[in-house]
Amino acid sequence: MTAQPAAKIELSEKARAAATRTAPHVTIRGLSKRFSDATIYDNFDFDIPRGKLMSVFGPNGCGKSTLINMIAGLFPMDAGEILFDGQPLHKIKFGYVFQNYREAVFPWLSAFDNIAYPLKVMGVPKKDRVVRVEKIVANLNVKIDLKLYPYQMSGGQQQLVSIMRALVVDPEILFLDEPFSALDYEMTLFMREQLQRVFVETHTTTVLVSHDLEEAVYLSDRILLLSRHPARAVEFVHYDAPRPRTDRTMTESDFISTKAHCLEIFQREVRKG
Amino acid sequence: MNWKRLEVLLPFVGVIVLLAVWSFTVWMRIVDPVLLPSPIATFKAMWAGMFHGKLGVDFLKTVERTIYSTIIAAVIAIPLGILLGSSEKLYRSVEFLIDFFRSTPASAMFPLFLVLFGVGDRTKISVAAFGAALVILFNVAYGVMNARKTRILAAKVMGASRVRVLWDVMLLESMPATFVGLRNGVSLALVIVVVAEMFIGSVDGLGQRVFEAQQMFEMPDMYAAIFAAGALGYGLNLLFLSIERRFVHWAGK
Ligand SMILES: Nc1ncnc2c1ncn2[C@@H]1O[C@H](COP(=O)(O)OP(=O)(O)OP(=O)(O)O)[C@@H](O)[C@H]1O
Ligand SMILES: [Mg+2]
Repeated sequence: MTAQPAAKIELSEKARAAATRTAPHVTIRGLSKRFSDATIYDNFDFDIPRGKLMSVFGPNGCGKSTLINMIAGLFPMDAGEILFDGQPLHKIKFGYVFQNYREAVFPWLSAFDNIAYPLKVMGVPKKDRVVRVEKIVANLNVKIDLKLYPYQMSGGQQQLVSIMRALVVDPEILFLDEPFSALDYEMTLFMREQLQRVFVETHTTTVLVSHDLEEAVYLSDRILLLSRHPARAVEFVHYDAPRPRTDRTMTESDFISTKAHCLEIFQREVRKG
Repeated sequence: MNWKRLEVLLPFVGVIVLLAVWSFTVWMRIVDPVLLPSPIATFKAMWAGMFHGKLGVDFLKTVERTIYSTIIAAVIAIPLGILLGSSEKLYRSVEFLIDFFRSTPASAMFPLFLVLFGVGDRTKISVAAFGAALVILFNVAYGVMNARKTRILAAKVMGASRVRVLWDVMLLESMPATFVGLRNGVSLALVIVVVAEMFIGSVDGLGQRVFEAQQMFEMPDMYAAIFAAGALGYGLNLLFLSIERRFVHWAGK
């Protein structure tokens, strides 16, 4: 039982270090990406700040998923470079929650084994895997029967499994592509709070794609507003309300004006297209 | 209601109707009784043949050949299918060959295999294995190629190596298609084995039994052997289905 406190100390040190360093975590320069029928990115530059929770907000098909896929090294870029702490991609622990949750979990593994799978890939011994999965489940306070297979669970429960699978490795960068779209409203509110708590505890650099502006502002330190493709960073909105944020936060004038500002820019950009 | 409970009997309706029509035909002497024995005579012949006569031996011989050829086919075709399926370019370059030989009736290959392996079991088994292998190969390769891209990406983003993605994701992703291939493969192998037993200097096997009974005009024996072959085909399919349900519990869900 000595492993757990040790891990905690390491975590908070990491979190402190992450919060104090100011250099961007991810640097994107001259990024270009074409699909056969459209140019999605053309010479796109952007910095992802370290230890912040940022949201990406933009119209359907503007290239939000494509962007995080390229950062995670899943899609090749046509041109440009993406640097992590100024270095090209090497062994970085990503956590990634896919938009398409039904196709992202492994139907042949139980919920438990799904969550443990990235640890297995990392070569964590079986005993420690069990401990870490149990820890993340307890930490998120999620109540599902982990012996079930994905096809025995609701869409929302499957998505919870894929969220826990992303968090279980203590990722350096966490990507969440519309993670709550399959959850009902109550569960969405619950998971927002869980995500905020995990973020406050770890200060993991987080990139959240959301179609819910209120959610994006509520959870984020930064909101990236993208235009239609070829996508430009229209504005990088700062929102620095202290955490933990609560329902009260959403009634404050700062929140309301930030949200209104984002909405205005979004509508202007969409009308342009 | 009671009707609900009776619904489990529905599958037997067709069987009973067939037996009734058959008995009626025999009873009315619509067909020459030498050509069509009664159901009772047929099942007596089947019982006697299976448990006291040569039919049981022939049955087992055919089972043995079919299983051997399916195993050989699976051992060759599954790894090859995974290899081909994991690279779309590789598959495209041999696709025509696979489709061509898959479309070639395996029975047309008998003379060739006879030259290669002589008139023994090896020819029967190898032609059946050849036919089954192509069916399995095709299904496995497509199963691997159609693996959900998102799952492969999910494994990659967790740091899984190419080999691990192939092993942990593509292989399992292809399992449902692999089992479809195995079921089709074993059916085809049975067809080829029975045909081979009829015509390639055989002394045993269900095909030989049917052929011999017909030559000797022992009609009940012939029908008995035909039903035995049918039962074998059905049983093999059922066996593979139940293995499939156990191992690929997620298929189609
Ligand atoms: N593999 C692909 N081949 C061709 N076009 C693609 C491919 N993937 C994405 N696209 C196109 O690229 C554009 C951006 O796709 P992307 O999935 O990044 O959008 P998105 O911003 O995530 O949209 P959404 O809000 O609907 O999730 C879309 O117009 C899409 O049609
Ligand atoms: Mg998307």
